[in-house]
Amino acid sequence: MRIIWTITKRELVAYFTSPVAYVFLVIFLLLTGFFTFTAGSFFERGEASLASFFGWHPWLYLVLVPAVGMRVWAEERRSGTMELLLTMPVTTWQAIVAKFLASWIFLAVALALTFPAVITVNVLGEPDNGIIFAGYLGSFLLAGAYLAIACMTSAMTRNQVVAFILSVVICLFFILAGFNPVTDLLTRWASPAVVDTVAAFSVVTHFDGFQRGVIDTRDLVFFLSLIGYALFATGVIIRGHRAG
Amino acid sequence: MIKIENLVKSFGPKRAVDDISFGVERGEVLGFLGPNGAGKSTTMRMITGFMPPTAGKVAVGGFDVSESPIEAKRLIGYLPENAASYPDMTVEGFLKFAAELRGLAGQARRKAVQRAIELCFLDSVLHQSIDTLSKGYKHRTCLAQALIHDPQVLIMDEPTDGLDPNQKHEVRNLIRELGANKAIVFSTHILEEVDAACTRAIIIDRGKIVANGTPQELRSMSELAGAVTLQARGATAERLAELGRVEKLNGAFRIYPKDRSSAAQLAQEVVDLVNLHGWKVEGMYSERGELDEVFRRITLPDTVKK
Repeated sequence: MRIIWTITKRELVAYFTSPVAYVFLVIFLLLTGFFTFTAGSFFERGEASLASFFGWHPWLYLVLVPAVGMRVWAEERRSGTMELLLTMPVTTWQAIVAKFLASWIFLAVALALTFPAVITVNVLGEPDNGIIFAGYLGSFLLAGAYLAIACMTSAMTRNQVVAFILSVVICLFFILAGFNPVTDLLTRWASPAVVDTVAAFSVVTHFDGFQRGVIDTRDLVFFLSLIGYALFATGVIIRGHRAG
Repeated sequence: MIKIENLVKSFGPKRAVDDISFGVERGEVLGFLGPNGAGKSTTMRMITGFMPPTAGKVAVGGFDVSESPIEAKRLIGYLPENAASYPDMTVEGFLKFAAELRGLAGQARRKAVQRAIELCFLDSVLHQSIDTLSKGYKHRTCLAQALIHDPQVLIMDEPTDGLDPNQKHEVRNLIRELGANKAIVFSTHILEEVDAACTRAIIIDRGKIVANGTPQELRSMSELAGAVTLQARGATAERLAELGRVEKLNGAFRIYPKDRSSAAQLAQEVVDLVNLHGWKVEGMYSERGELDEVFRRITLPDTVKK
């Protein structure tokens, strides 16, 4: 546990000593603001909720989370520090979890900095703060799922651009599987059972519940197992590199 | 401390390391020589547990590296090729991080960091971030990391690569000092380093060990070993030829022994011959053999040999 925290701490410090973190935070906050208040027509809705805020998150994260995750392993491989790290008395697992946690904490910080949105709705009306809390939890898990996928693609290559593109494509699949236009298209020639199965793989389907304020165990299990699976795959990929 | 048995590493159809066995004891400094791509780095990566071997066993301090990697890795300090380190960290931060990963905390960590800083002369750059350092300092920072827990086993992949002559000298001295109570393996392709720092050297070529011995032993494998170089007024190649093959150098003659067994007496025979003919000796010395020549002869494919 201490080992994990040591590595996580190093990664977090590395984030905040580089300008990347601040550029990311500013862009993230600008974009959430823009999507919520302008594109999401926050004021025209006439309701005290953050639906227009959370609704955009699967799409916003699609671009931003892979940008955070792409360097996690690709950078270590390119600079050769992976050899240094993994010849320390550290298991591959500890390194994978520690690096994932650091990036996830960073994303949590970014998400926490959207608190003015919460204040705004509370000032303007009387929203159900339980729903907002569930929305934040869902959004955090969603970010974690994307991040785990980005970590996985990052381990595949020493080129960050390749890692970025691969993870965007994979995350896009997890959105589109439950995206209405896609499911509508599927219902034309597939049975409802097939459509439901495909949609069940989508992060959108599982994120919906949180947006409505429902914290369903199935959704929790979905996100956590997606994270677990992607991190497991990361371990397999890294072991594969080392085995040559 | 280190025991390697029938170690094999294949990358696809290519055998990078092909059935290597050797051991290193405490107090030994083993130089690992070989041309580029001979399998030096791959072997070291298997010793340090970074790469699992295709076949064979590596044990460090009695721990099998594949079966109990954490225990084995605790005993090892490793300087990887190109001395990789995190460029965004300061030297001090990086060393603290390394110490923490090694399980050192509080007072023990402070002491360990201080010791490593002194050993590697890093005082002046302590608070500089690593990417602003010159290559020599980067190298020493990574070396300090490898020494931070005073490991019993030290593995270094080209520890003097990219250093200036003074720094090379310092690092070699450091290796020799540390070697007194550690088991050290380092790779190099600078042959003078073998003389300067090693108690034993292994030459590896295309994944196989082709020579293993003390620097003296390796040197005696040289054609030159035992040859006598003579500079004397009156001396002629014809007369000297009865002792062995003679090569003319500018103004001097080099006499090669007829075979290994006669090498020991060659010098005396030359002296006798000089006395017999009354030549005036201006210089005479016995060759120890050159590692360079041994290295080339062993590692070049037959067709390229001169």
